[in-house]
Amino acid sequence: MTPLDQLENQSVFILREAFHKFDHLAMLWSIGKDSSVLLWLARKAFFGHVPFPLVHVDTTYKIPEMIAFRDRLAKEWNLQLIVGKNEAALREGRTFPNGKLTRVECCGALKKDGLRMVLDRHKFTGVIVGVRRDEDPTRAKERYFSPRDQNMEWNVEDQPPELWDQFKTDFEPGTHIRIHPLLHWTELNVWEYIQRENIPVVPLYFANERGERYRSLGCAPCTSPIKSTARNVTEIVEELRRTNVPERAGRAQDKESEDAFERLRRDGYM
Amino acid sequence: MPSALPSSAAAPAAQEQLKIVIVGHVDHGKSTFVGRLFHDTGSLPEGKYEQLVEVARRRGVPFEFANLMDGLQAERDQNITIDTAQIWFRTSRRQYVIIDAPGHKEFLKNMITGAASASAALLLIDAGEGVQEQSRRHGFLLSLMGVRQIVVLVNKMDLCGFDERVFRRIESEYTAFLGRFGLKPSGFLPICARDGDGLIARSPRMPWHAGRTVVEALDAFEAPPRPVHQSLRFSVQDVYRFDHRRILAGRVESGALRVGDRLVFWPSGKSSVVNTIERWSAPSALSASAGESVGVTLTEQIFVERGQVATHEADAPAVARDFSTKIFWMGRQPLPVGHRVKLKLATQEVEAEIHSIERVIDASTLDEIPGAAKEIRRNDVAEVVIRARQTVALDPHSAIAETGRFVLVDRREVSGGGIVVAAIRAGDADAGPKSANLTWARGEVLASERALRNGHQGAVVWLTGLSGSGKSTLAAILERELFNRGIQAYRLDGDNLRYGLSADLGFSPEDRSENIRRAAEAGRLLADAGLVAISSLISPDRADRARVREIMKEGQVRFFEVYVCCPLEVCESRDPKKLYARARAGEIREFTGISAPYEAPEHPEITVRTDQQTPEESAASILDYLIQTGRLASVSYDI
Repeated sequence: MTPLDQLENQSVFILREAFHKFDHLAMLWSIGKDSSVLLWLARKAFFGHVPFPLVHVDTTYKIPEMIAFRDRLAKEWNLQLIVGKNEAALREGRTFPNGKLTRVECCGALKKDGLRMVLDRHKFTGVIVGVRRDEDPTRAKERYFSPRDQNMEWNVEDQPPELWDQFKTDFEPGTHIRIHPLLHWTELNVWEYIQRENIPVVPLYFANERGERYRSLGCAPCTSPIKSTARNVTEIVEELRRTNVPERAGRAQDKESEDAFERLRRDGYM
Repeated sequence: MPSALPSSAAAPAAQEQLKIVIVGHVDHGKSTFVGRLFHDTGSLPEGKYEQLVEVARRRGVPFEFANLMDGLQAERDQNITIDTAQIWFRTSRRQYVIIDAPGHKEFLKNMITGAASASAALLLIDAGEGVQEQSRRHGFLLSLMGVRQIVVLVNKMDLCGFDERVFRRIESEYTAFLGRFGLKPSGFLPICARDGDGLIARSPRMPWHAGRTVVEALDAFEAPPRPVHQSLRFSVQDVYRFDHRRILAGRVESGALRVGDRLVFWPSGKSSVVNTIERWSAPSALSASAGESVGVTLTEQIFVERGQVATHEADAPAVARDFSTKIFWMGRQPLPVGHRVKLKLATQEVEAEIHSIERVIDASTLDEIPGAAKEIRRNDVAEVVIRARQTVALDPHSAIAETGRFVLVDRREVSGGGIVVAAIRAGDADAGPKSANLTWARGEVLASERALRNGHQGAVVWLTGLSGSGKSTLAAILERELFNRGIQAYRLDGDNLRYGLSADLGFSPEDRSENIRRAAEAGRLLADAGLVAISSLISPDRADRARVREIMKEGQVRFFEVYVCCPLEVCESRDPKKLYARARAGEIREFTGISAPYEAPEHPEITVRTDQQTPEESAASILDYLIQTGRLASVSYDI
């Protein structure tokens, strides 16, 4: 068993636990590389099927190639897709690009509140999310099964113990559990796995003729590409083996203050 | 820095990974150590060090390496670690996941979370303070959880002027402590984490130490082998019916299974043969070994559900209701004798109680807490006998760790963990729940209380179908299978009822209707008493069955109509009681199917085709429906 096999088998185990434990289960699909791997692992776990809906929280500011990729895959893989939007905020123009909110507030409104609206409408009690521990210091402290209270808040000071693959699966009505099957993967692992399994990803990850590529995908106004010559998956793997630059360096909302991202995540951001 | 540089450029594809937990008493320098180690080995992301220096300057506080690991604002503000964090770094030998665990007693559950997934540990002891309460507690808990590779770092050697005698004193005291439970540390290293002494190079300030550096000690840990050569334990996670195939999804916890192997499923003892091993988008393989999450199909369909553990015939696990254990308790409330909890072992989940407490140990002193045999307090370790409501398939932890450890869930919270020492006696499903009928005469006992006590809801399973379709056979199998699972089941056989309750009735349409009504009422009473009643009557009329459904609705009883479907020709060819022959000969009038109609159910909860399935397969699909989807589950954790 290779190290990638070990990561894969652990994630499959977690996905199957989630599927067994939650009648109202959904998977968040951000259309990024991690989501692509997560979706692939779901098909591994359920023998080619994805037996729960995918939720895309659409801010309407996503890079257009992402939406095209989403719609293509949803059709080809026969996915049940739920697109959620914070319609009110968008209608009233309460966004960062409109100048009415800070970047972090905009994330809170369009993504966090957008997610909450979808969860409320469909009464999801389990939500599978593709976050990883190596992404940022708060995610480094996450659990595989991570409870969120009625207000979607993450009580990071009092997280459930998690040992020997026994997860918290009993919860109060009105609360929900975030399930994180990729928690133990690194960015490099993700790309190594994409390479091994030949998993489709949005072409935005590959360097263009200007020598730029996206390393982390988000909304167009707050995500910038990095300098890179990596034009395919193999070259990305090579590049990541050498780099020392953090993955979310191109995500502007993380940098508004020292604990900007922590506060977002405590409030229910993914 | 010879061996410590990140050798990313030369790294082979996906390196071996080892998980290391950093433990020790609060303020003995764990987070500082990790921060400094990352800095010195060049493992910090670009700009991180400068960012932390800048943050410290802006806030007017001294720079702390600990802030690298303490990712929460509250942690940085208070200079403590609240929760475990995991970060990655690599040496020339391999990649490491470093798990920084909190040292504060209040956050012990987070330390346990960190330690449970580790293969080895670095335990820090402050040279100035020496061995403290959590130094001891952490060492003991590591051992209990099966982490046997420990290197002790005597930190802050600057506080004692790098005095070797201080180091030796701590070494000897702590070695003796670990020896009390048979743990031999891999080594003691003197360091000064803040200044980097002893981390990646030997310290000129401690020339008397000729041993390893921390990085060398890390690289000397052994990655634990996967338990592929142990007995097979395959824990069933779920049963899927994708693409018209019945796939048992599960994980090989230990050993290996191959196509063609005969497996026995525990606790039921049912047996079948591996037909295929299923994986999606992967090379097909004829075997699966420890750590693999796969799917298995069987040659012969038997009833298998989540929680069962498959083994080879010669390597059966213990199957027991009572077992002796060592547990550690993390719950807010103490755990008293007799308290009901949910026990989760591999994928099995059963209600259990603390039957007796043999000994409670203060994990920081190893002293027995006198007179504490009535309850276990938070952070204590105890030797207890657990009694489960149903039999559990398990192994002593010393034999197979994966099926020898468990957690206890109290009021929705994972509140304890433990390891199995030994099964106390072989399981006897016939022992059943105790004192189930103490409350019969009382009128104020709620159905939910009965469900809580029984571990399941009452219900009526109503089998309808032609004579000879297999209702009685199915009912008998269902009764046995439910009973074996600790579910109180009772069969209401159509013919049996006519011996007593309906002895005054004949076979006129009116009498047959009345017989059905009486059966329904009897079923309702049984269900109200908390049992699962299985009735097997032809009950050919829709109107009669509609009334049955009404009776159940009125009584708020869970009701499942099962259509036992079998073509008349097949039933007639079976003719177990020679009734069809007599009906054809005109000896029986108004015989269903021959001279009276059978009205098939329009919306039964379940339909089984007994002409296409064996009785066992039909029973399995009914059991799947009733059990796997939680339709009989007690609501005990929701009250």
